[in-house]
Amino acid sequence: MQAGVTEGRSIEQLDTLWRYEIPEGVLLDFRLAGPVVRACAWAIDAALRGVIYLVLVMVLVLLGGIGTALMLIGFFLIEWFYPVVFEIHNGATPGKRAMGILVIQDNGTPVTPSASVIRNLLRTADFLPFLYATGLVAMLINREFKRLGDLAAGTLVVYCDEQHERIDPPLAMARKPPIELSETEQLTLLAFAERGENLSIGRREELAELLVEQTGLQDGKAVDALYAYANWILKGR
Amino acid sequence: MRQQQFEAENQVLWDEIAQLMDDLQRSRSKRRLPHTLHLGFPDRYRQLCNHYALARSRGFSPALIDQLHGLVLRGHRLLYRQQGGWRWRVLYFILGGFPRAVRRNGGYFALSLLFFLLPALLMGVGCYLQEDLIYTVMDENMVAQMETNYDPTNERPGRSIERSSETDFTMFGYYILNNIGIGFRTFATGILLGVGTLFILLFNGLVIGGVAGHLSQLGYHETFWPFVSGHGAFELTAIVICGAAGLLLGHAVIAPGQRTRVQALREHAEESLQLVMGAALMLLAAAFIEAFWSSSTLQPTIKYSVATLLWLGVALYLMLMGREDHGSR
Repeated sequence: MQAGVTEGRSIEQLDTLWRYEIPEGVLLDFRLAGPVVRACAWAIDAALRGVIYLVLVMVLVLLGGIGTALMLIGFFLIEWFYPVVFEIHNGATPGKRAMGILVIQDNGTPVTPSASVIRNLLRTADFLPFLYATGLVAMLINREFKRLGDLAAGTLVVYCDEQHERIDPPLAMARKPPIELSETEQLTLLAFAERGENLSIGRREELAELLVEQTGLQDGKAVDALYAYANWILKGR
Repeated sequence: MRQQQFEAENQVLWDEIAQLMDDLQRSRSKRRLPHTLHLGFPDRYRQLCNHYALARSRGFSPALIDQLHGLVLRGHRLLYRQQGGWRWRVLYFILGGFPRAVRRNGGYFALSLLFFLLPALLMGVGCYLQEDLIYTVMDENMVAQMETNYDPTNERPGRSIERSSETDFTMFGYYILNNIGIGFRTFATGILLGVGTLFILLFNGLVIGGVAGHLSQLGYHETFWPFVSGHGAFELTAIVICGAAGLLLGHAVIAPGQRTRVQALREHAEESLQLVMGAALMLLAAAFIEAFWSSSTLQPTIKYSVATLLWLGVALYLMLMGREDHGSR
């Protein structure tokens, strides 16, 4: 894994971002899902499975012998293939979906049926000796939070980055920043302008006032000045 | 070029690609755009990748980069996904892929067989000669249960008294749940340096051999052997194949050779999956035979003849099927 920018290296090492270069030569970023969110997803799935078991038992017990047979086959399928069915369909079990995560191949493509079967059969080994202890240890000693099943299947669990509605920076007069800005600094200003409207007014002003030495401005005026600089970077002049 | 100019020039293309991808994500019959547009998708997608790379290298705003990243990500998933054709693949797998996979991994199969058969034979002979030896691997209740199951006075051999009223269907379900589950566990625990697989093979060998020896010694052969000989062809072979699959995983972890451990594990996992899936199908067949054929009360001679055919069939299937394809083994 190569770090894109050397100065960002230390942040990338801390970050759980996983970067993959696709055949087209561009980098895709994935946010890896850690043990906690995956445990929550598993708990939701476990509850859901419990409900399905219960419904199966209640309905099929009425049918006698064949009903019992269907119930047992149902138990078998749920025990081993519940996650497989959902993962092949859309990459996530209901629990994962609720937590906003999904399974992908470690080349960024959707999980393949055989990989899904491998990672889910190997749950047995990850579960040992109790409650995924082996899987947790495996997840903690590699960079990609892979449990044994993920290692063998070549899969990753990542957050699904749903497309956010883009917020355009507030309209303001474009003004040239008083000093020459590096690329990272320009990006920081743009990020501030694009995300500022999501912050509370107090926080926005607090952030803008960090630059009081350069702008000499305070409160709302400091914020407006930064918006103006951001607009200048976007449009020029 | 400034960002706003760049966006103004290309927004139309991005919108088109987004629409095209929406359409491609629908099932084939529900698509609305003409097919010619679909064919143009790879070209447009590469153009999009180009824009994304430009936006990144020129330091355009994070929101724009996010937007393009999202589009590229969707495109990547669409363009490189695998889909379709699985029915044919299943058929080819049964007709040739699976037996070939077993032959390719003959060494693992032999090792797995050894770890299963040797303890079974030793325990079998031991229990035949020594009445109490069975209690070293099973507790009293289980032994008593097993003895009543195969008591010649039991009308439905192979089933306990309480179960005798249940239909063959119920047992079919039970065998699927239990036996295929054992097969999967035999495989999966192989990733723990092969130890889990060896333990399950060894333990099952001891118990199965012990039961056979113990019941023969009690003089229950009339009920026991005709019952187990038929489905055993599929069941025992499948368990040994699952063992081979588990050993394949374990080997990758212990001795990955010239590859990294993870790389070796991935390759071996793909190979072993074929073994496990084939074995699961065999266990399904075994469950069917055990539930509907083994439990029937036909003459032992008929059952033994059918059993011989089944064993022969399984052996010939694994040894011969799938050889015609360009001389592959």
